[in-house]
Amino acid sequence: MKAVDYRQLPPSRLDATFAALANPTRRAILSRLATGELSVTEVAQPFAMSQPAISVHLKVLERAGLVSRGRDAQRRPVRVERKPLEVATAWLEGYRDALERNFRRLDAVLEEMKSVEPAPQHRGPGRSTRRRSQS
Amino acid sequence: MTNVATVTVTTPSDREVEVARMFNAPRSLVFKALTTPDLLLRWMHGPNGWTLTVCEVDLRVGGAFRYVWRKANGREMGTSGVFREIAPPRRLVNTEVFDEDWTGGETVVTTTLTERGAATLLTVMVLYVSKAARDAALETNFVAGMELGYNVLADVLAAVGGEL
Repeated sequence: MKAVDYRQLPPSRLDATFAALANPTRRAILSRLATGELSVTEVAQPFAMSQPAISVHLKVLERAGLVSRGRDAQRRPVRVERKPLEVATAWLEGYRDALERNFRRLDAVLEEMKSVEPAPQHRGPGRSTRRRSQS
Repeated sequence: MTNVATVTVTTPSDREVEVARMFNAPRSLVFKALTTPDLLLRWMHGPNGWTLTVCEVDLRVGGAFRYVWRKANGREMGTSGVFREIAPPRRLVNTEVFDEDWTGGETVVTTTLTERGAATLLTVMVLYVSKAARDAALETNFVAGMELGYNVLADVLAAVGGEL
């Protein structure tokens, strides 16, 4: 088994954030909480699954620090914690930036190609594809 | 930022991720830059110092490609696949799997070039074998690696729904 340190693993806290987010129900729960805190019953309401099943998802989110539970012993309202989302988003933005940097290098390559090669005319529909499909 | 083109990332379906960006060049040139090793070697690097060092492209249906990125510390990672459809300058379909398969199986990558006046819209659609595969890819953190982060980025941005 090869080591995987080339992946520049994010801090384990980010791991937990991403793992928690890699589930559509949990993402839907977060969206639902975007407007404010809710009881578990309220959270579960629109979902076609049992409240215990929702509670399991909430536990995962809570362990990842993405939600917290209020102190009110009866209701223990669930609220979204924005900080880990902000950290994860910022971290991932870095990768989007990397993609964009690649494309900027491609921009430069294309500019150079344009200056070397005359702009090709392939206006007609489907005309310029002759050299493919000798396959 | 000025009005330069910037990349957008979306998740059209549970199994797909799409990257789109405009280029100020005719699509025949974009197609060439996407499929010619000497040109790819000039731009298709990874984040965090990963440099594309091996680039082999057998551009015919059934032909293979092979890319290897290398870091200053000597570490390498590679990916390869086979071309399924080649229709210059508008469309390219290939399979792809990284040596360390963190995408949960082969992906199918469809590259489309659309003329927008004198410019070209590039879209790259990555299709996973299943939703489970895509989510597994997320869970195992391939994120941080070579698919340049955009798969996960798309998911997370969708998750936070523009609230941030």
